[in-house]
Formats: sequence, structure tokens, C-alpha cells
Amino acid sequence: MLDSPAGAASGAGREEIGVSLEHVTVRYGKVENAKQVAVRDVSLVLPKSQVTALLGPSGCGKTTILRSINRLHDHTTGRVTGVIRIGDLDVYAKDTQPEIVRTRVGMVFQRPNLFPTLSIFDNVVAGLRMNGVKKREFLREAAEAALRQAALWNSVKDRLGLPAVRLSGGQQQRLCIARALAVEPEVLLLDEPCSALDPMASAQIEELIVQLSAHVTIALVTHNLFQATRISNRTAVFLLNDDHVGTLVEVGSTVDVFSSPQDPRTEAYVTGHFG
Amino acid sequence: MTARPGTATQDPSGLLSPEAMARRRDVVRHASRTTLRRRRLVGNGTRIACYVALIIALIPLVALISYTIERGVHGLSVAFFTQVPVPQGVPGGGIYNAIIGTLIIVGLAAAVAIPVGLAVALFLVDRRGKVAATIRFVADVMSGVPSIAIGVFAYALIVVPSGHYSGITGSFALAVLMLPIIIRADEVAMRTVPEDLWDAALALGARPSRVARSVVLRTALPGIVTGNLLAVARAVGETAPLLFTALGSTVLETNPFQPMDAMPLRILQDGTQADPHLQTVAWATALVLVAFILVLSIGARTFAAYATRHAR
Repeated sequence: MLDSPAGAASGAGREEIGVSLEHVTVRYGKVENAKQVAVRDVSLVLPKSQVTALLGPSGCGKTTILRSINRLHDHTTGRVTGVIRIGDLDVYAKDTQPEIVRTRVGMVFQRPNLFPTLSIFDNVVAGLRMNGVKKREFLREAAEAALRQAALWNSVKDRLGLPAVRLSGGQQQRLCIARALAVEPEVLLLDEPCSALDPMASAQIEELIVQLSAHVTIALVTHNLFQATRISNRTAVFLLNDDHVGTLVEVGSTVDVFSSPQDPRTEAYVTGHFG
Repeated sequence: MTARPGTATQDPSGLLSPEAMARRRDVVRHASRTTLRRRRLVGNGTRIACYVALIIALIPLVALISYTIERGVHGLSVAFFTQVPVPQGVPGGGIYNAIIGTLIIVGLAAAVAIPVGLAVALFLVDRRGKVAATIRFVADVMSGVPSIAIGVFAYALIVVPSGHYSGITGSFALAVLMLPIIIRADEVAMRTVPEDLWDAALALGARPSRVARSVVLRTALPGIVTGNLLAVARAVGETAPLLFTALGSTVLETNPFQPMDAMPLRILQDGTQADPHLQTVAWATALVLVAFILVLSIGARTFAAYATRHAR
């Protein structure tokens, strides 16, 4: 049921592997030897150019797993064990620089978090500049491409110099997606990107996610079961164990997980009986 | 779910073709890789610069404290805390009167400045108009007024008309000194209380004054207490406002309407004498004063840490 990289390749078609997690456990806590386990032993494959939805009730470790992929736990008390690979890159290998990981993985958070002092343009190219890209021509081209991908180009192309926070909530979130896309990541981590948006804006973001999945591996944390069925190819269901540790209980194609779940707990969750 | 070519149809620019994307990806990755070493160097350099700055900042502090301890520690004794000063040339004596004087003068000043400062800060948090902006500006300017000017002001306002020096005039001067510090500290502490909590309490039917008391003050309490204690610590060490007001004294005086001694005044008085015994008294007094301020500051921090960990 928990798929190993090899199992996924045979079980979920002939897709290439975008990201693989093997026996990933994340612990939190200030005291080095007494950290609390938040998520235990997650083995999961995100197939290339597909949307994988991470589902589950609050506090079961979906976001924790997401943040382990781009090493954001480096900056908290979290400690990650296990192996995570993005293509040929071993994310937690000793000689792997976290900055290199993060140029290959984009992330969008629950609430739009644009840099409030920067213009629309400067927000989009912020990641490029931070990575040492300076050529104006290239920045302009990358910004236009990213904004086009985020379906924002036509509405902002005449006011790229305006402060980004003047945009509406839905536009801000799309700008966050554009900002993540501008560095041309191969993986995109979306942490409930629609939770602060109205249904119209959510629908636009969902449409966008589907389009982006043509060339980017996408992991989508969501509480919205319908959203998962609408836009994800694969679904991973996380639940809390009896000892309050998050675990991955089931993963498979979204159709299978929702129509014929293997685990009774998954069935209860996807039919809305708890969580 | 097929990979839609939809992106291409909206792409008259050709920027979204797989080739263009791959080309841009190469440029970004190359730039990222080639500049990473430099970026790391800059990062480490910045970190080292921060440590160096930290050490530079600590040197005078450590030097001051260690020198004060070295010069003052052999002046300390039980008698030092329990006796009043003796005439020059006579051995023994202490600063009991100065300690009591400082406690009374600063205590009275705090008793006025803390509640008034809190009320003003509440007003500033609640109002956003011109009046509030003006008060805030005045408070900022006041916190920059030299303390000697405040002393002269208190002298002209109270000492000259009443015809004599008094401890309570010193309290007045210190209260004027503390007020802007307290106002700004309280306001900053209360500003950290999220607007959501106002909404939550008002939606439960609470009156604004009740919200301020039960929600805003309680939530901001650690910050308020810390800010007030630091203002008190600042006032304890001030000399200039007391020079023209409390004047100083060599006898024990507990009536605030009479001239009183205070620790900073004792330091000034004895430290400027040639007598080595009196100089030791001044250093020992300085040591007591520093220790007192240290205790106040540690108390403020401990309380803030405790209060944020334990819900009330």
C-alpha cells in the first residue's frame, strides 16, 4: 500500500519519478534528544508532471512533510530523517546545499506572502535576483513568462511597477505562484493555496495548477476533498495514529483512493465520516 | 488528466515553449550554482561582522562593570547599608540615607508616571487621529530632552516658588523623565495585541473599556511590565534631575517635602572629593546602583518570560 519508488513505477503507470520520499520521519522540539515525532515513516512518490494531493485532518503532518522536501525545517527545531530525492538530487545529503534544493523546488503558502515593499515586477523576479541572475533582459523575459503561466500577464502588464500588495487576494496568490515559477522549478509545493480565497479565485488557481502540471511536479496540500478529486492525479491520505503521530495510511491514484479505498480509515475520511 | 497544451494556446510570445523554459531553467541554475560560493562567503562574512560588532559593543560594558567592582567592592560592608554618612576624616559610615532616598524619590515618581503613562498609551492605541499623532510626537521629543533640562525645569517650577529643595520635586522631575519612555513602551506592547482579539471581544458584547482591561492589557502585560521596569531602572540612575531638586543630604530623611539624598547624588558628592575613603564610598555606591539596575532588568526579563509561558 505504501509505495516504494520501484512499486510506484509499476503501480502507477510508467511515469518518471519527480520526488521520492523513503521512510521520512520528522521530529520537533527544542531539546536535541527529546524531540517529538510529528510524522513517522512516510514513503511516497510524487510522479513527474502530475498533481499529488496530500489529504488529511489538521495536524496530521501534511504541511510538515511538504516543508521537508525543500528543507524548510533547517530553520526550525524540526529534524528530518530518511531519504528524499528530487531527480538525481539527494536533498539531505551532507554535501547538498539547501539553496540548490530550493532553486529546484518552488513553494506557495496558505496566505499570499508577497514582499510588501516590492513592486509586482520585483516580486516576480525576487527569486532570480536572490540567485544571482542580474541581466535585465532575462529578468523581463522570465517575469513575463512566469506571469503568463500564472494567467496574470494581461491584467498586470501595464502596472508592473505598482506595489504588489495593491492586488486582490486571488491575484496576490497567483503572483506568489508566478514568483515561485520564475526560477523554473521542477517541483512546486502548494500548501493549501486556496484556503484564503473565494470560490472564483480558487477555481482560477485550480485551473492554473492543472495547466502547470504539464511540466512541473506538483504536491498539493488541501483540506478540500472536492478540490483533490477535481485536480489531482494521485492522492495520499494522512491520518493521526492513536499515539498522535501523523502517518501516511494510503496512497494511490485519486480515482482509486476515492472510489475503492483499501484502508477502512481512508474510506471513513474520504466519505466525510471524520476529519 | 492529460497535460493540456492550453498553456501554448495562450502563448503568442513563445515564452512558454518547452525549449524556452528549459533554456531559462539552465540560466537560473547556472547563475545559482556559480554564485552560491560567493553568496555563502557574503553570508558568513556578515555573520562574522555581527559577532565582531557584538564583541565591540560588549567591551565597554564589561570593562565598566569589572572596573566598578574592582574599585567598589572593598567599600561594601553591613555598615555601608545601615549607616548614614560620617564627616570627612571619620572612618565608617554608609549610604543608608541615600538608598532610602532613592527608593522614596523613584517610588513616588513611578507611582505617578506608570498609571499616567498607561492611560496615555491606551489613548494612543485607541485613537488614530491628529491628537494622538501630536501626543506621540511630543512624547518622542520629550524622551530626547536632556535630563538636566528637566531638572532645571522642575527647579524653576517648584523649588523657586516654594523656596526650598525637596525629594518630591525630584520625584516630579523623574516622573517627567520616565513618562515618554513609559508611554512608548506601553503603546508598543499594546500594539502587538492582534486586532482580531478586539474583534473577538467586541463581538461578545464587551464594552471597549472592558476589552482594553481584560484583553489588551492582559495580553500586553509582559511587555508593559518589562517596559515600565526598564523606565524605572533608567530613572534610578539619573543624577541631573535631582541636582536642582532633591539636592542631597547627609542625614536620614523620609519626609519627601525635605531635601533628600539619593545614590547618584552620593556618587557625585563623594566621587569628586580628594579623600580616598570618600572615593571608595562613591565606587561602592556605584556598584550598588549598577547591581540594583541589573536586578530590576533581570526581574523584568524573568517576569516577561514567565508571563508569556504561563497563561493567566
